[in-house]
Amino acid sequence: MTDKYTQMVSRGLGKDVAKRLGLPQPVVLRRYEPGAPLITGPVLVSGDSAGADDVATALLGWGLDVRRNALPREKLGAIILVLDALQHPGDLGKPVLTAGGSLRDLAANARVITMSRTPLSASSPSVAAARQGVDGMLRSLAKELRAGATANGVLLAEELATTSPSALGALRFFLSGRSAYVDGQFLTVASASGSMPADTDKPLAGKVAVVTGAARGIGAAIARTLHRDGAKIVAVDIPAAGDHLAAVANEVRGTALQLDISNDDAGHRIIEHAVERHGRLDIVVHNAGITRDRLLANMDEARWNSVIAVNIAAQLRINEALLRSEHFRDSPRIVSVASTSGIAGNRGQTNYGASKGGVIGMVRCTAALMQPFHGTINAVAPGFIETEMTARMPLAIREAARRLNSLKQGGQPQDVAEAIAFLASDAAGGISGEVLRVCGQQLVGA
Amino acid sequence: MAAADMTTGGDRQAQQAPGTTRRAFIVGGNRIPFARTGGAYVKSSNQDMLTAALEGLIARFGLQDERIGEVAAGAVLKHSRDFNLTREAVLGSSLAPETPAYDLQQACATGLETVLGLSNKIRLGQIDSGIAGGVDSASDAPIAVSEGLREILLDLNRAKTPAQKLKVISRIRPKDLAPDAPNTGEPRTGLSMGEHQALTTAQWKVTREAQDELAYNSHRNLAAAYQRGFFDDLLTPYRGLNRDSNLRADTSLEKLASLKPVFGKTLGSEATMTAGNSTPLTDGAATVLLASEEWANSRGLPTLATVVDGEAAAVDFVHGKDGLLMAPVFAVPRLLARQGLTFEDIDFFEIHEAFAGTVLSTLAAWEDEEFGRTRLGLPGALGKVDRAKLNVNGSSLAAGHPFAATGGRIVASLAKMLHEKALTEGRPTRGLISVCAAGGQGVVAILESA
Repeated sequence: MTDKYTQMVSRGLGKDVAKRLGLPQPVVLRRYEPGAPLITGPVLVSGDSAGADDVATALLGWGLDVRRNALPREKLGAIILVLDALQHPGDLGKPVLTAGGSLRDLAANARVITMSRTPLSASSPSVAAARQGVDGMLRSLAKELRAGATANGVLLAEELATTSPSALGALRFFLSGRSAYVDGQFLTVASASGSMPADTDKPLAGKVAVVTGAARGIGAAIARTLHRDGAKIVAVDIPAAGDHLAAVANEVRGTALQLDISNDDAGHRIIEHAVERHGRLDIVVHNAGITRDRLLANMDEARWNSVIAVNIAAQLRINEALLRSEHFRDSPRIVSVASTSGIAGNRGQTNYGASKGGVIGMVRCTAALMQPFHGTINAVAPGFIETEMTARMPLAIREAARRLNSLKQGGQPQDVAEAIAFLASDAAGGISGEVLRVCGQQLVGA
Repeated sequence: MAAADMTTGGDRQAQQAPGTTRRAFIVGGNRIPFARTGGAYVKSSNQDMLTAALEGLIARFGLQDERIGEVAAGAVLKHSRDFNLTREAVLGSSLAPETPAYDLQQACATGLETVLGLSNKIRLGQIDSGIAGGVDSASDAPIAVSEGLREILLDLNRAKTPAQKLKVISRIRPKDLAPDAPNTGEPRTGLSMGEHQALTTAQWKVTREAQDELAYNSHRNLAAAYQRGFFDDLLTPYRGLNRDSNLRADTSLEKLASLKPVFGKTLGSEATMTAGNSTPLTDGAATVLLASEEWANSRGLPTLATVVDGEAAAVDFVHGKDGLLMAPVFAVPRLLARQGLTFEDIDFFEIHEAFAGTVLSTLAAWEDEEFGRTRLGLPGALGKVDRAKLNVNGSSLAAGHPFAATGGRIVASLAKMLHEKALTEGRPTRGLISVCAAGGQGVVAILESA
């Protein structure tokens, strides 16, 4: 459910009042539903490289209404800025300013998406400057957009085509309602691995996915979303959460595995269950996590250790088992839930921040280990998400956390789940070692 | 319509040759934690609890939308409105609504009898899968109106004119308004089950110390089983409980010794049965998934153990020939003889702890030379049960005993124990289950690791 304030100021009198008083004006975000169009309204593909032409052709193939030049006062669904051939920061001006001229014509919940190359492999300082310039420009632009519109970027490795599977996969993800709460973020496509799904409404058809911490909140949403996308679900949670877990497992027509992931044999148990019951294992989502908040000055050993044990040590141990297993060899996917606390930090969460920072470190390093069998590992870092847990925060802190982002509202568990479902799909086969923030472009910290 | 056809017929796994039998396997089980009466489940009906136990089983084994061959369960304390209790629980579950179900009632043996009945159907090829179980609530027990009021109400229903109705109503007297609550008393003797057992306990000279020690071991063993996660795949939490509320992990022989006797206080001999060595009234539900080998294999489901055989017995407790709860004493030797087995062949003994005295009287009878000769028709004593093999993961004294749910609890736990022991020892393992029941009845069964 969208929060009450957002509902109130999204229409009618509430909308007028909020506008006059200069109050934040969040809108109800466009979220993905099976069968819904990828995006409504024309899509402007801007850029004069060959890569831009290829993108326009691909979009036409998806049945989108593609423009290479904006028509006056036509409402646009999206602007795609293809900047794959930048040589100098001076090259940025023309395409960016042209896009700027169309910003006022963006429809609600529109998208601005850049496609550029990663600065890390730039051949010269001027190329690197141009590429890094896209980063700063896009993050600033994301803060200027209104009415649920977001700006995100696809970063391509050197020589990688703008139409490589995961470049188009990421583009689709950013265009769609699946990325509703992803704003001001980049996804790097490192390789030409991956493939577009046969059925875009069932991108995970035939896959078996394990979701830890699936009994409630974000974990339950992940289970539902992966199931909606066609995956068979193994729902894992601690035995004490078994009743909620059973309800989720039955809802998504999967199986419940009552298991404490910090047990030494958890990885073995997960693999065994998936393979024996469902014949294979394709996707593992490390979602289970706990918080034991205290200022560091007041932190005790039990609080610190339990958070490290559950949030990162367990994931490391399970991943070791997965990497050893012959059953996890067919383009497998690992997606971990990190947190913006692990990136920007959060007062009272030194233990949690350490564990979630740990997740990010683990993901970046494990990517190379997954590569030999075309596997990927990525993380999503949620910001403020509307859950039972955040509902218990004190009102003032909750409201601040909820509004201090570019979309001026909290995300839904589904938003996190959508990002995970994308990273778990075949279309994301060229994306690995990445951390995707699902935070509405949180304003505080990093 | 293809999907609908799949659930209504034509999807049998393997055709059983007429006249042959096959093995029936225990895939696993699920129960909710047992709660002391008046506790966590005070607002839960039998249907609520049975449905919850089923839902946990369905989730564990991925049985959503599955048309199970048959579901059989029952309750001992049952409202008349629950005439189709099991079918109603099925309809409230995630199973295919085309799953048939029936209720069964054999007092405390209900749960074990549902396992035997369904496994027999599987053995005969009549069904490929079955869910057996039971449930009981002593908290939400039915309360009937008095016999006098019941007659008046029935007459009132038959009366046609207002004058006739008024005349019938005028017959109601204050004494008619006292409700008729259920009790565990035996209809033919008027004695409670505890008082009956007190007679047997005294007859077999079972000491207070021996009873307390059995109760202590039950709590200790059950607590240890929880501690090592034994119940992680046998139990699903319910209404905030994630272990049996009767379990006292910290109990001691001293604490048990300090309790005052509650049964057998008028027998002349020293009363030995306390609230500590007797099972309290409990609420809960348990289920067991049974299947043919093909059905389980085709779904990637485990086969932990087979249901080898079962036997029922009854005793003449009304005339005092035998104790009320001593029927298993006769059922077990008959079953062992039929299977050509002795106690030496049994790895685990699961003897339901209605009272510590019941278990100890049973063991005493089996160890008694004269009883063996005169009553069991054997050359001597039936044999001695190795205490190290008895109720090793606790039993009803610690877990509690929601009457019809106990059979399912024991069968699922024992199947897992047999499977684990067979794996570690690399040989087949066998377990014996013995459940006594009201009315002087008893049902026993043998399971073997698969």
